[in-house]
Amino acid sequence: MAANPMTQFEVYRIGPEIKIGAFDISFTNASLFMVVSSFAILLIFNLGSKKNSLLPNKLQLLAELSYTFVSKMINDTAGSKARPYFAFIFSLFMFVLFCNMFGMIPYTFTVTSHIIVTFMLAAFIFIGVTVIGFMKHGLGYLKLFVPSGVPAILLPLIVIIEIISYLSRPISLSVRLFANMMAGHTMMKVFGGFVISLGIVGGWLPLSFSVALTGLEILVAFLQAYVFAILTCIYLNDALNLHH
Amino acid sequence: MSKKIFFQLLIFNFLAIKKVFAAESGGMPQLNPEFWVSQIFWLTLTFGILYVVLSKIILPKIGANLEFRKSQISDNIEAADNQREQSEAKLKEYDEIIFKSKIEAKNILNQAREKAFKDINAKKEVLDKQIDNEIKKVEDEINQLLKDAPSKINKIAIDTVSVLTQKLIGAEVNNSSITAIVEDLSKRDGDKYYGN
Repeated sequence: MAANPMTQFEVYRIGPEIKIGAFDISFTNASLFMVVSSFAILLIFNLGSKKNSLLPNKLQLLAELSYTFVSKMINDTAGSKARPYFAFIFSLFMFVLFCNMFGMIPYTFTVTSHIIVTFMLAAFIFIGVTVIGFMKHGLGYLKLFVPSGVPAILLPLIVIIEIISYLSRPISLSVRLFANMMAGHTMMKVFGGFVISLGIVGGWLPLSFSVALTGLEILVAFLQAYVFAILTCIYLNDALNLHH
Repeated sequence: MSKKIFFQLLIFNFLAIKKVFAAESGGMPQLNPEFWVSQIFWLTLTFGILYVVLSKIILPKIGANLEFRKSQISDNIEAADNQREQSEAKLKEYDEIIFKSKIEAKNILNQAREKAFKDINAKKEVLDKQIDNEIKKVEDEINQLLKDAPSKINKIAIDTVSVLTQKLIGAEVNNSSITAIVEDLSKRDGDKYYGN
């Protein structure tokens, strides 16, 4: 069974079964890597912010560069009004990034390769952005669906398209991350399986592919976290500064 | 030895391929809802804790650190600017002082030169006057001598003539007649002798 490329995504219980009512909230390998990722983020950034020296050490530099990176990203896409949501987007970016990166270590579990996790994040963002939009602009937020400068005949169609595209945001956001992570890891597993099955004679080609894919996947892991965060910023920008 | 390893690998390969084909596609474990609730629960818990700790403790600290460094650097730059301005002002002051003292030195030099010229001129005038006086005196003396010279020469001539005549002819010649002759001669040919 080890050669099945989908086995790596299987969730299994670690420790005893925990149940609240009818719901099973047992600690699983997915939970383990969520905890590990969060703990790693907190550890790194806590150490990076502990000592404030004028010439930062490596960890401090890392923490401060991440801080300015996310801060700049938010400022560029959503403007200064998005400042109160900085902590959320920072946590989101770091959480996704660390989950993706921990998934790159062999024999680990990739939390973000599960649609339910990414969908929960995306749904939370979607609901949050919608609530912020309605709180900021009232019913005027509905103007988001009515772009200006569109001929009256086309307007009903455009509005329908806009509504559909708005409603599909959480799905596109979650599926993008989940599919990228799953596809990458599956591909790596498949190529890894080829190395074994072709052996020492023909295994070198898939092995080199595997090495190249590892590099690519690390890039994708970063890129998808970045895309996830920046799309959140863009949605937030729609809610904060109604442009249409 | 290597042959043995090769065969072992070959056998292992066949086993592995068998395993690959034996593995049935069990579908995507992601779509198995067995642990969905667990994942949602743990995601909420871990992400919630992460968010709270980051937003309440760590991010403000990093922001403060960055702000502190920024302000410190800008303070330092400001201080450096201040000091540069001060030094520039000092340099200006110094230049001014040097300029002023140069002018002063020039003035003093000019004054001294003028004074020296004046002194020299005054002294020169006095000296010139003295020299002129001396020259005049000497000229007067010479003139006097020149004036006196004919009468003295006449007298000498008269004496000489009287003595000579006495010696030559042994007779006393009247001085007055000789005097008349000499004076007559000197009057006639005086210009030739004295150039007056």
